[in-house]
Amino acid sequence: MNSREKILSAVIANQPELVPLPELSSFERNASGCSDKFVAMLKSVGGFFYYVSSYDEIINILLSVNGENKKIISTVTELTAYYSEEFLNNPQISNIHDIDVAVLKGRFGVAENGAIWLTDQEMRQRALPFICQHLAVILNADSIIPTMHEAYELISKVTYDFATFIAGPSKTADIEQSLVIGAHGPRSMTVFVMINDQ
Amino acid sequence: MENSTKDHAELAQDFNRDEDRVNWHDETLWFIRQKRDKTAHQIPEWEALREAASQIKNNVLSNLHNYLVLFEKNAVTNGIVVHWAADASEHNKIVHKLISEANVNRMVKSKSMLTEECGLNEYLAEHGIEVIDSDLGERIVQLAEEPPSHIVLPCIHKKKEEIGEIFHKHLGIEANISDPQFLTETARGHLREIFLTRKVALTGVNFAIAETGEFVVCTNEGNADMGAHLADVHIASMGIEKLIPERKHLGVFLRLLTRSATGQPITTYSSHFKKPRDGKKMHVILVDNGRTVQLGRKDFRNSLKCIRCAACMNTCPVYRRSGGHSYHTAVAGPIGSILAPNLDMKKYADLPFASTLCGSCSNVCPVKIDIHEQLYKWRQVLVKNGYAPAAKKVGMQLMTWTLSSPGFYHTVGKVGRLVMKHAPFAVNNKLNPWFKQRDMPYPPAESFNEWYAKNEGKTHR
Amino acid sequence: MKVGLFIPCYVDQFYPNAAIATLRLLQKLGVEVVYPSKQTCCGQPMANSGFEHLTKRCNELFIENFEEFDYIVAPSGSCVLHIRDHLHDDKNPEAAKRISHKIYELTAFLTGVLKVKSLAAKFPYRVGIHQSCHGQRGLHISSMTELVSPEFSKPNSLLNMVQDIELIHLDRKDECCGFGGTFCVTEEAVSVKMGKDRVEDHLKHGAEYITGVDMSCMMHMEGILKRLGSKVKVIHIAEILNAE
Repeated sequence: MNSREKILSAVIANQPELVPLPELSSFERNASGCSDKFVAMLKSVGGFFYYVSSYDEIINILLSVNGENKKIISTVTELTAYYSEEFLNNPQISNIHDIDVAVLKGRFGVAENGAIWLTDQEMRQRALPFICQHLAVILNADSIIPTMHEAYELISKVTYDFATFIAGPSKTADIEQSLVIGAHGPRSMTVFVMINDQ
Repeated sequence: MENSTKDHAELAQDFNRDEDRVNWHDETLWFIRQKRDKTAHQIPEWEALREAASQIKNNVLSNLHNYLVLFEKNAVTNGIVVHWAADASEHNKIVHKLISEANVNRMVKSKSMLTEECGLNEYLAEHGIEVIDSDLGERIVQLAEEPPSHIVLPCIHKKKEEIGEIFHKHLGIEANISDPQFLTETARGHLREIFLTRKVALTGVNFAIAETGEFVVCTNEGNADMGAHLADVHIASMGIEKLIPERKHLGVFLRLLTRSATGQPITTYSSHFKKPRDGKKMHVILVDNGRTVQLGRKDFRNSLKCIRCAACMNTCPVYRRSGGHSYHTAVAGPIGSILAPNLDMKKYADLPFASTLCGSCSNVCPVKIDIHEQLYKWRQVLVKNGYAPAAKKVGMQLMTWTLSSPGFYHTVGKVGRLVMKHAPFAVNNKLNPWFKQRDMPYPPAESFNEWYAKNEGKTHR
Repeated sequence: MKVGLFIPCYVDQFYPNAAIATLRLLQKLGVEVVYPSKQTCCGQPMANSGFEHLTKRCNELFIENFEEFDYIVAPSGSCVLHIRDHLHDDKNPEAAKRISHKIYELTAFLTGVLKVKSLAAKFPYRVGIHQSCHGQRGLHISSMTELVSPEFSKPNSLLNMVQDIELIHLDRKDECCGFGGTFCVTEEAVSVKMGKDRVEDHLKHGAEYITGVDMSCMMHMEGILKRLGSKVKVIHIAEILNAE
């Protein structure tokens, strides 16, 4: 008997009688008042936040915060200045290891924890939102939902090979519980909430 | 640590030689417990969420066979290679084989308590493979050549000055630096180089979803993602109990996990790995290592519901004052004390006794494991299997004779009180562990029983 | 209503005043109380040490002594919890079950069964309340800081009826004192440290007395207080509720 068979037969011999799964519908919420809560939670997990109404506005903010000579990469086609199909198609580590700012679109934000859902379609390269020094995410104002329960309702309607929730910049408190922002991933996370998507 | 012959009480006594340090350790972990309370109290449906999580996990344990088969089928369809390991040794061999197949002799690894349980790093080191742990806390204890003392905060027992010293010795920073910001920046630079150059990355698994064949890894630092997305081969090691039925169940678990662990609303990253990148490899190793035996123990099986949040450690008044290493096992604290005897009853016979059974652990557990009741039940099992110290057996038998006979009990009580009164040195000496740091109660002239006979006239019966 | 008074062994031997106060308090409230003199112990010291199999005779004795009563009341949360959870008798399982349903910790009995609304007690001191784990987390006589649920406390609601008492606030209002039965000697270092920390919390907030529903926790803290040379005293809650 190989290990697979050994384990599976031990499981079937030892598992208790079947008990049913619980009903989860009572946890769902309506979406009213979500945006304010999202902003508050995003700030509490160390994120920065701007309401914007155009992509130009985003570019201006990025330039004013980061200065001129930074390697800014975007997977958002509307940000033409930072978008390069050729760059995004090159998966070499040498290509992406020194990115200063990555700008991506998020699918939706979760009000209860400030997390934003991104799939590999928005990332183009999975390492992108992790390896950059600073991360910026653009979110539509109407894509903020109350809790993780609604999140998985939405997620059930999309396909991905890899996807992640990101809530704020990379951080650690491993040294005496002192919070330090910028562990291995981005040192900052900025969220642009687009009020009138152009 | 693993080779220590001292038991929990002795190791805890060593830890308590430095009372300031115990105070610091206790307060640091109590601070996390308070953050957990604060964030839990912001969720009015908190207790209902715990109940739902508990029921989902009960369902998982009752249908684990089918979920494992379904997960395997879906993961394989996704392009993930699935391996099965009956025990720690088989797990380690599989990892070694996968590293060899990638023609490398080094690997980067994010946090996985399972690999601690299996002794993977030691095994690979013996076989000439270098493993670098990428979680900051794990890297620190790895450089210090110590095991983690906490499953979420591996170096919570270390002071920042000591970490500065370790980095001075191993990472070349100047001496006497203790600023956490600077130390973290140092580790960031050191580990970024590792992430960029390692072809094989191993991660743990927080949840694996039977319905979709994907798995979820949660970190705050982003180290699991940095490792996995930059390597050619991603190996994910998981205990078979990490399965959950459907993706929507993550809604429940991700709401509970980090709030219970650190008081954050969610980890910075909750990454869902479904398929490997084009041309790259993704492996999942499903590990038993005693879990099916625990599944068969009716009184103890629900310890397998654990999602490794460590809330039971942070709340445990004993853990906070004895330190993680006093448990001499990969998973310390209350949950470790009910998991470890399953692996080795003799070696871990002391752990279920390292508790006052105060019950706080069961109250904070996000999946409602009856931890303190299992500690009680393990005590019975261990004693019945002959793992009680001989002196304790004699003492217990004497106590039983006394308390089994009302006449004998009252005589012994009277004599005892007389001895305490007229010959206090008989009990107030260094052979009495109570007396070492505590005074004995003052013996009254008469017991309640005697008072009642005198004052209430008629004694019943 | 006929109540059987169960006095735990260490209260009988070392703290008779707590037992006397319990008896007098119940009598004052008009309850017919009987103390069966052949009682010994609930068996918890053996059982918590892993020797539950040695408690057979303790269990039989308990049933013999207490079966006849409408209620059984004890000035201890811990011993009551042990009887509730673990009393069994293979020859007489129904009797064991009946007893586990009619045994009450004193404050739970006063608030839940007698529904006491006022007391004629006076205790002009600053008092810290120690929440004994078995009473609180085991018998649910108070809400617990870990759980998201409404706050309540049966002992506090009774103490609030006492004239001139001042209840102090603690930094950690429901942390274990570290007694833990044989834990206090087998894990001496941690047990003492837990006790010292608990006592320190009360001292820091100016307690003159430390009270609670379990004399075992108080015996532990008393041992530490005395060794520290502190003038602060421990007192069973029954003694305060019965104080005039």
